[in-house]
Amino acid sequence: MKHARIRFEGEVHQVQVEAHNAVRLADGRLLAESQVEWLPPATGSMFALGLNYADHAAELAFKPPTEPLAFIKSPGTYTGHNQTTWRPDNVAYMHYECELVAVIGKQARNVKRENALDYLAGYTVCNDYAIRDYLENYYRPNLRVKNRDATTPVGPWIVDVADVPDPSNLKLRTWINGELRQEGSTSDMIFDIPYLIEYLSSFMTLQPGDMIATGTPEGLADVVPGDEVIVEVEGVGRLVNRIVSEAEFFSARKEA
Amino acid sequence: MSRALHDLANGTLFGVALNYQGLLNQRIAEFEQAPYQKPPVKPVLFIKTPNTRNGHDGVVLHPHGERLQPGPALGVVIGKSSSRVSVENALEHVAGYTIVNEFSLPEDSYYRPAVKAKCRDGFCALGPELVPRDQIANPHQLDLKLFVNGELRQQNSTANFVRNIPRLIAEISEFMTLHEGDVLITGTPEGRVDVQPGDTVEVEISGLGRLVNHIVAE
Repeated sequence: MKHARIRFEGEVHQVQVEAHNAVRLADGRLLAESQVEWLPPATGSMFALGLNYADHAAELAFKPPTEPLAFIKSPGTYTGHNQTTWRPDNVAYMHYECELVAVIGKQARNVKRENALDYLAGYTVCNDYAIRDYLENYYRPNLRVKNRDATTPVGPWIVDVADVPDPSNLKLRTWINGELRQEGSTSDMIFDIPYLIEYLSSFMTLQPGDMIATGTPEGLADVVPGDEVIVEVEGVGRLVNRIVSEAEFFSARKEA
Repeated sequence: MSRALHDLANGTLFGVALNYQGLLNQRIAEFEQAPYQKPPVKPVLFIKTPNTRNGHDGVVLHPHGERLQPGPALGVVIGKSSSRVSVENALEHVAGYTIVNEFSLPEDSYYRPAVKAKCRDGFCALGPELVPRDQIANPHQLDLKLFVNGELRQQNSTANFVRNIPRLIAEISEFMTLHEGDVLITGTPEGRVDVQPGDTVEVEISGLGRLVNHIVAE
């Protein structure tokens, strides 16, 4: 089963997703995918992994890490399915990152990897955009690169754990304007989801709604205003986003 | 934590590292070298996750086998949504101030995000109360003192910020909105000290009161 958060006629609803991405409201109404505003399906903290695919680490000229490299995102950077993300003016390189996301379902502290999946609400997808021009070597990757307004599309929905029998063997793909640009498999992850839950919960309590974005494989490319960027994790979801200019984003926000 | 503070300061906790001139200057030679290559250009930011929230008189657990250090800091509570705010208008977006004790394991390196050092349960105490903005004549002229078991161990002044509050709000809100209820932790000065189980840790900031926490073995 797929669970989403949407806004319709000014109200936020928890919905179930049915055939053709139609959503079923609690009162029984069925709405088409294009009729609703898709919101991020979870709103806790996001623990995002850097360099968690060996090929991607090599692409960035890094040695694979021996301990997970996790950085934190806050809810202001999330946006939903079918929304827009802005490319700042005067930057040279903004790239997407297609990632499988594990969503925490109950408080997790000192969880062993054998039991880790019991703590999940399910899986979703994110596009962990980065503006590489703004990288600095302090708490790298820094917030100006990774925690910008509306620059982390998440969704479209959460899929139940039982509906993804093998999360360590899923194809990840990114298309720009219909052209396949990134392709990999979660089988190449360095630290898998059970390991990451054990690692993080060994020193802190993970909360329901927290998310673990598990990193991206190689195959990055620049995106520019006008591009439609789709990231897909096989069996989990296909998340659509459109790049707009800084001026377009902020003028639309002013009108809203 | 007082009711008003608890109700208002319920957003994201954003920390600023290296925001005291003394701390930055101590390490500036190191920051010219690898892996840093050059000193920071923009504010060095981190996030304290919601599980780190703690209050006045709260217990902070000392992790087994680690060193624990308090981080006395002035907390700025955002009063209204701030996106692309100018330096001139920045303080209009501030609801008030509180004391923050931003606990951390020691930071030998600033190269990678300090999740393991800073995001443990209860590692961000706020309180004792929210003092409205207008009650503080000059937030850049406040004495900050850390007491451990009544003994003064660390002392500085917000006059020594690298970036003052309007500048922090302007530079941060250029790329991410500061929302009502978010808290900006304006930095911990140089000279962090170790604390041990059994210690009582107090942070005092002029005009804001005293924030008390108790260290207990995990």
